[in-house]
Amino acid sequence: MSDFDESEWETVIGLEVHAELATRTKLFSSAPNEFGGEPNTNIDPVTLGLPGALPVLNEQAVELAIRVGLALHCTVQRSIFARKNYFYPDQAKNYQISQFDLPINIDGWIELPDGKRIGIERAHLEEDTGKSTHIGGGGRIHEADYSLVDYNRCGVPLLEIVGRPDLRNGDDAKAYVSELRAILVAVGASDGKMEEGSMRVDCNVSVRRRGETEFGTRCEVKNINSLRSLGRAINYEAARHVALIEAGEKVEQQTRHWDESEGRTHKLRSKEEADDYRYFPEPDLVELDPSAEWIERVRSELPSLPAQRRHDLVDRTGATPAQAGLIVERGLDALCIAAVDLGADGSRVVTHAEHNLADPRAVDLTPENLAKLTEMETGGDLSATQAKQVIAEMVETGASPVDIAKAHGFEAMDTDALATTVDEVIAANPDEWQRYCDGDGKLTGFFVGQVMKATKGQADGKAVSALLNARKS
Amino acid sequence: MTHDGATTYPTATAIAEAVAGGTLSASAVLDAHLARTAASEGTIHAFNHTDDDAARQRANEIDARVSAGEDVGPLAGVPIVIKDNICTKGVPTTCSSRMLDGWIPPYDATVVRKLAAAGAVTVGKANMDEFAMGSSTENSAFGPTLNPRDTTRVPGGSSGGSAASVAAGFAPVALGSDTGGSIRQPAAFCGLVGVKPTYGLVSRLGLIAFGSSLDQIGPLTHTVADAALVLDVISGHDSGDSTSLPTPAPRVSAHLDDGVAGLRVGLVRELMGDGIAPEVLASVNQAAEALVAAGAIVEEVSLPTIDYSLSAYYIIAPAEASSNLSRYDGVRYGLRVDAPTTGEMMERTRTQGFGDEVKRRIMLGTYALSAGYYDAFYGTAQRVRAVIRGDFDAVYNNVDVLLTPTTPTTAFKLAEKVSDPMAMYMNDICTIASNLVGQPSMSVPFGLDSDGLPIGVQLMAPTLGETTMFAAAAVLEAAQPLGSQLGSPRTLVANEGGL
Repeated sequence: MSDFDESEWETVIGLEVHAELATRTKLFSSAPNEFGGEPNTNIDPVTLGLPGALPVLNEQAVELAIRVGLALHCTVQRSIFARKNYFYPDQAKNYQISQFDLPINIDGWIELPDGKRIGIERAHLEEDTGKSTHIGGGGRIHEADYSLVDYNRCGVPLLEIVGRPDLRNGDDAKAYVSELRAILVAVGASDGKMEEGSMRVDCNVSVRRRGETEFGTRCEVKNINSLRSLGRAINYEAARHVALIEAGEKVEQQTRHWDESEGRTHKLRSKEEADDYRYFPEPDLVELDPSAEWIERVRSELPSLPAQRRHDLVDRTGATPAQAGLIVERGLDALCIAAVDLGADGSRVVTHAEHNLADPRAVDLTPENLAKLTEMETGGDLSATQAKQVIAEMVETGASPVDIAKAHGFEAMDTDALATTVDEVIAANPDEWQRYCDGDGKLTGFFVGQVMKATKGQADGKAVSALLNARKS
Repeated sequence: MTHDGATTYPTATAIAEAVAGGTLSASAVLDAHLARTAASEGTIHAFNHTDDDAARQRANEIDARVSAGEDVGPLAGVPIVIKDNICTKGVPTTCSSRMLDGWIPPYDATVVRKLAAAGAVTVGKANMDEFAMGSSTENSAFGPTLNPRDTTRVPGGSSGGSAASVAAGFAPVALGSDTGGSIRQPAAFCGLVGVKPTYGLVSRLGLIAFGSSLDQIGPLTHTVADAALVLDVISGHDSGDSTSLPTPAPRVSAHLDDGVAGLRVGLVRELMGDGIAPEVLASVNQAAEALVAAGAIVEEVSLPTIDYSLSAYYIIAPAEASSNLSRYDGVRYGLRVDAPTTGEMMERTRTQGFGDEVKRRIMLGTYALSAGYYDAFYGTAQRVRAVIRGDFDAVYNNVDVLLTPTTPTTAFKLAEKVSDPMAMYMNDICTIASNLVGQPSMSVPFGLDSDGLPIGVQLMAPTLGETTMFAAAAVLEAAQPLGSQLGSPRTLVANEGGL
C-alpha cells in the first residue's frame, strides 16, 4: 500500500544486496570467518592491516562467488580487485579491497515466483568491514567520547549483488530478496540471515510519473534489516519523493538511513558529501581469471535452483505458481513430487503442502506416507477433517496414516449409515430444511455441520453435500 | 673520514665457507664486525636498532650447530643487516618514521626467515629514508646516515643505512628494498654491488609497502658472488605473496663464470648524454670496453620513451603509497596523538607522524587518484608504463643485457639537494625504468671519480634474466679499476687477521 496515487506515479527500485559468503576463513587471510565470538579474536596481521601483511585470495570464496554467479545466470569473467580508499576506523587498512571495473560476475537475472525477471548488473567479491561502537555522543563517531572497534568481521568475504532498477513496488522487492536468499542458501554460498547481518540490503528508490522513460533522482536507503523493513522503507521513501515533487521541490540525491522504530528515513549525506574513493587496481593481488574448466565444473555441481524447482512442481503436480512458490520455500517440493510419483493425487498433495504443512518438521515426511494419506482420502476412508488431524500427527510423530487413523477409530462410514444420519438431521430441523429447499444456500453449512457433529467428524463433507442435494429434489 | 681505498673487508662467501668448514667461528666473525660498528657507528649512523647480545647468542648457536656437525646453511655465520622496512619478529621495525617508532612486528618477513634458515646472523636494522621515500637517507626521522667513503656526503637512499653498514664493514651483506633505485643508487654511492631482482622473484611478504607494484627486496654486498649467494637464498615462490612468481627462481651462483662471449650488450643512448657527469660516462664506456675485451658485442640501442619513466613513476609510486600509508592512523598500532574526536586523532597522528617528503608523496598520490584526475594522471602513467615495457621488449629482441650509468653523479654532499625535491628525483633517472617494467637490474662498482668517490654502472636484463646479468657483472667486477670497491673475495683463516 502506498500513500500516493499509484495510477499516476511509478516507483523504481534497485537493490544492492551484500551476502557474507560461508567460507571457513576470510577473503584474504586464514583468520576464521565466524559469527559471534569475543571481540578481536578472529583476527590476524592481514585483518588488522599490520605493516608488511599481504592479502592472499581465498579460493573457496571465489568458488562460492562463481556458484552464485552461475545461479543468477551471470557471465563469469576475468576480473581484478581494486582498492576503495576511505578513512574509517573499522576498515583496518583504510581501504577496502573490492572489485570495481571488472567484477567476477556480470549480466544475470533472477526469476521471481510470479515469473517476472529482474536483471542483475553484477555480483562482485569484496571484504567486509569491522564493527564500530561509539560510546557517548548519541552513538555517532563525531560526537563520541570514545569508540571501540571489533575486527572479527573485518575481511569476511562478501558478494555484493547489484540488481538493475527493474523492481516497481515493495512486494516485488521483497520477493526479489526472498528469491535471492533462497538461491544463496540453495547453492550453499551463504546462510542468508538478515537478522545476523549475513545478508544486508541497500535500496535505491526513485519515482517518476507513469509513462516517463527517464529515471527520477534516486536515494539510497541503508540499514534495512528485514523484509518487512524493506517494504516499509520503499513505501516511505517513494511517498517522500512524490510529496516533494508534488510540492514543486526537487529530490536531492542522498544516502539515507532507515529508522525502523520511527518508520522513516533520515538523511546521512548528499551526493556532494560522498567520499571520493580513489579506486585503483589492487597491486598486491593478481588478476582473477577462472578457467573454463573450473567454471564448468561448478556449473555441473549446481543443485536444482528455486525457480527450476517451482517449474518442476507446477509441471508434475499441477500446483499454481503461487502454491509452488510457497511449497518450494518450505522445501516440500521434492516430497510432493515423490508422492505423486507413487500415485498420489497431485491436487490433494499440493493442498496439504500449502495448508497443513507449515511446520518445518514436515520436510521429514516420507512420500509413501503422504501418498497413502491421499489414497485414504480419495477412497473415502478419511474425511477432510480427519485427514487434517492425521497429517498433523504424521508430522508430529512420523507414524503412518494407517496407524494414526486406526488409533483414532477413523473409518469410512458406509453410505447407508451416512444416509440414515442425514435423514435424522433433516427430520430434526424441519424449518431449516424448508428454507434450504427454498434455495437458502447458507444452510448447506448448517446441515453439513450437524451431520459432522452427529458422526463425530467421521463423515465426508462432500458425501454429505451430495446426499443433502439428493434429498432436496 | 675519507676512506683510503686500501682496506678490504671479508666477503660473505669467504665467511660462510670458513664458518661451515670450522676454520672460523661465527662468534669471532661477529665480534670483528661489532668492533668496527662500535668504532664508527657513532659517525656513520647506519642503524636504527642493534642488539649485540641477541646477535652473539645467534652466533653461538651457529657455532654449536657447526660443532655438532650440522649443515647450517649457505650463509653460515654471515653477519647481515636488514633495512628497517623489513619486518623482524620481536625487533623494532620503524621505516625510519616517527609513525612506527617502537612498533614491534609479530612476524618475520619471508626473506628474514630464509636468511635465518641459511645460517645468517642479523646484526641490526638499517636507517633509511622514511618509508623508503628519498635518495639520500636524509629523510629519516632519526637523522641522516653518512657515506663511509666520505662522511661529508650522503650514502644514497633510500637504503642508505644498508649500504653504509656494508661499506663501513659492519656486515658483509645488507638487505635493501628498491622501488625506483633505492638499492642500486646507494650501492653506487658506496662502492657496492646492489641488486634489484625481477619483480616477484623475492617475496614482499613482510616488506612494509611503499609502491607495491614496484618494490623489490635485494642484497647490497661487496662482491658479485656475495650478491648471488644472498639472492639465491632469498628468492623463490612464496604463497604468502600473490605477486610472487610461480616459476622456479634462477640459481644465479651457478652462472657467475658463464662469461660474456657472444653476449650482446646495449648501451642506452638516452642515458649516455645530458645530465650524466662526464666521469660517470667515462666509467660506463670503460665498462663497455671491458665487456668487449671479454668477448661481448656492444652496440648502441635506444629506449625512446625512457625519458617519461620519471613522470610515470612519480604518479604511480605516490598513488600506491598514498593508499599503502593510509593504514597509519593511530587506531591500531604505532604513533597515536590524542584528540577529542577519532577524526582529529587520525589527522594529528598523521600530521605529526609523517615527515615532509612522505606527506608530499601522499598528497601527490591522493591527487593523482582523485575523481576527475584519475585518468589524466594514474591512467596515463599506467599507459606510459606499458609503452616503456614495449620499448624494453623491443630492445631485448636485439640485445641480451643493457649497460647504463646507475646514477647521474657520484655521491653528493649532505644537505645539497634536500630542499630541491626535483633535483633529488632526477637522481633516479637511470634506475626507475627497471622498476616500472619489473625487470632485473644491478649496480656494479666501476672506477672512482676525481674526488675518489666510487662510480657505479648499471646492468639491466629482461624478466628473470638474472643469470646473464650476473655473468656480465662478474666480468665487470674482474675488470674493474683499482679501488672501486672495498671487498675482495679471498680465503679467510682465523689467524690471518683478515676479519
